[in-house]
Amino acid sequence: MKEASAGTLESGDILVRIAPAEKPGLDVHLESSVAYQFGEQIKQVITETLNGLGINDAVVDATDKGALDCTIRARVTAAAVRATGKDVWAD
Amino acid sequence: MRLRRTMMFVPGNNPGMMQDAFIYGPDSIMLDLEDSVTMAEKDAARLLVYNALKTVDYGDTEMVVRINPLNTPYGKKDVEAVVRAGVDVIRMPKTETAEEVVEVEREIEKVERELGCLGRTKIMAAIESALGIVNAYAIATASKRMMGIALGAEDYCANLKTQRTPDGDELRLARETIVVAARAAGIDALDTVYSNLNDMETFRREVEYIKTLGFDGKSIINPRQIEIVNEVFAPKEKDIEKARTILAAIKEAERKGSGVISVNGKMVDKPVVIRAQRTIDLAIASGILKKEEVL
Repeated sequence: MKEASAGTLESGDILVRIAPAEKPGLDVHLESSVAYQFGEQIKQVITETLNGLGINDAVVDATDKGALDCTIRARVTAAAVRATGKDVWAD
Repeated sequence: MRLRRTMMFVPGNNPGMMQDAFIYGPDSIMLDLEDSVTMAEKDAARLLVYNALKTVDYGDTEMVVRINPLNTPYGKKDVEAVVRAGVDVIRMPKTETAEEVVEVEREIEKVERELGCLGRTKIMAAIESALGIVNAYAIATASKRMMGIALGAEDYCANLKTQRTPDGDELRLARETIVVAARAAGIDALDTVYSNLNDMETFRREVEYIKTLGFDGKSIINPRQIEIVNEVFAPKEKDIEKARTILAAIKEAERKGSGVISVNGKMVDKPVVIRAQRTIDLAIASGILKKEEVL
């Protein structure tokens, strides 16, 4: 895995950066204006998406701009694909 | 009858616009993976469109995705992603031959067969070159999945070595060819975008013009254009009344077993009845008339 990111800082989007972990587990850092209300939920979507892709060890930095869950899943997946080089679609 | 008066273009890598697009009530939303997405973002846009289609409730809005051509590294993955997500229609860009439609159909079938939903995904083709116009009917009839053909004017004009003008003389043959090919194939005809949002008067004139030519609707780039298109395409009250009179007279004639009929001294023949029925269908679909109000 190499460091990679996906997404933007535009309204309704989320910028996700994934980097190799120095210790086991997922270390998710989130910055969001709605963190107080939805922070845990956003982190959960990030964690579930990465686990679903078989990624259990990584450092994740996310800056949320009010993204829907489907957008979070899309951006996390895109960052993970870029980081691992393994696409989710057939070649 | 499905209305396709407005097909709103939404860039496939802009989640904010994608989640709000249906609020404005376009008949179709076209999420774009092609020209509005840079090469570096093709992978991310594809995932965004896939997840949006899977999750966002777009109601009755017809969901269309414009894919990249199959001869690019992105086209086949686009097809796989959007068919898996359950898209209604795949829009092919820059279509020039019937074979290209068949190739896209083959890719769709691969995924649909795996999912057990063979035949679910429809196809529409944007024609954007002289060769595409020459082959319009072959393209329109290349697959049973074809639901429409559309004009893409910018590339067409570049290919023709001309540019767009307010009167659209340069597009006349292409527009007429597309309508005729679509009608001959029994599918819909959609006009190109008009991108000057500061000139709504010219936009309205263009919509009136393409409606007269026979188009079913127009590709649009901004929600502000929806109301104008809907106004132009809405059947007028006097036309609805006339259509109702004609259909009532036909019904009465059928009941009596009489052949030729006339309404207000004018003979009513088959084309008149077809037009009247279409006016009523459009009025119902547009919400101007309720089904139970029709005889």
